[in-house]
Amino acid sequence: MPAYLGAMASVPSPRDVAATPALSERAMDNLRYIRGTMEEAGVFTAVPGWGGVAMGITALGAAALAARAPNDHVWLYTWLAEAVLATTVAGAAMLHKARAVDSPLTSGPGRKFALAFTPPIVVGAILTAVLARHSLHTVLPGVWLLLYGAGVVTGGAFSVRIVPVMGLCFMLLGALTLLVPTPWRDAPMALGFGVLQIAFGVVIARRHGG
Amino acid sequence: MPSDRNARGRPPETAGLKAERGRAAQQASQGLDRLIHERMRLGIVSALAVNESLSFNDLKRLMKTTDGNLSVHARKLEDAQYIGCTKSFDGRLPRTEYRLTAAGRRALERYLDHMEALIRATRVG
Repeated sequence: MPAYLGAMASVPSPRDVAATPALSERAMDNLRYIRGTMEEAGVFTAVPGWGGVAMGITALGAAALAARAPNDHVWLYTWLAEAVLATTVAGAAMLHKARAVDSPLTSGPGRKFALAFTPPIVVGAILTAVLARHSLHTVLPGVWLLLYGAGVVTGGAFSVRIVPVMGLCFMLLGALTLLVPTPWRDAPMALGFGVLQIAFGVVIARRHGG
Repeated sequence: MPSDRNARGRPPETAGLKAERGRAAQQASQGLDRLIHERMRLGIVSALAVNESLSFNDLKRLMKTTDGNLSVHARKLEDAQYIGCTKSFDGRLPRTEYRLTAAGRRALERYLDHMEALIRATRVG
């Protein structure tokens, strides 16, 4: 074979050269497709197990304090302070877990979890303001448990299976609290935000890494 | 007089440089795993990469495809041992569960490396 033919063989044809940008574009398109599919199929795994346990412990403390509240206003502020504390603990724990598994909270599953979890919580905040203004403090524990549970169920649709199960337990407890009023309004709060949260937190931490 | 710089302020690409890029892209595209290069199969492998397992119905919903189409592509991946399949009963309903095998995960990693190499090769210079 003449030497020049060998040399020609290593030179890409004008067609190959023209196809280069198209190849690059297709490769980028494939990577976008893989990323999109993974985001769509992925589950939100940053639900904090040990963070849930910590939230449960603070809730038990809040229940003990709220039970000694001299009036409804102090009782309400005690639980609102606990809500702020629990949100801070949950946020920090989720951030820590998301970093540990290298899955940003703003990724597809995290975003979907937040979008599904938020509406029931916003409804809960509005109902709290309205019910407190009408001095209906006795129904607040049931409403809080029910709506927190609803948020966990809807957000949990994008997470591991145990999360929506936990939400259902909260909803059941909330419904019972509303339907069967008890003079000890902090008991269902301690049972839900304390005991349930701790129990599920331990299971989530053991099965799903922290 | 023609400018010796393009719109980005870079010197214009010579024919030699274009040929070099073409050669690099050609090399990078060689050895591509055709089995998972196909969109549906690539989607199945990607979805299973972020889940411990997915049921046939989960995959069908994610891939927005038909039973027949999903079966055909899943079977090809099974034959290559990229995915594993377990069949069981959920009450009286049959349940097919798919998992990504170690070979499948390696194939996806190789494919991702190929795509990145291809992009790098076409951006040389």
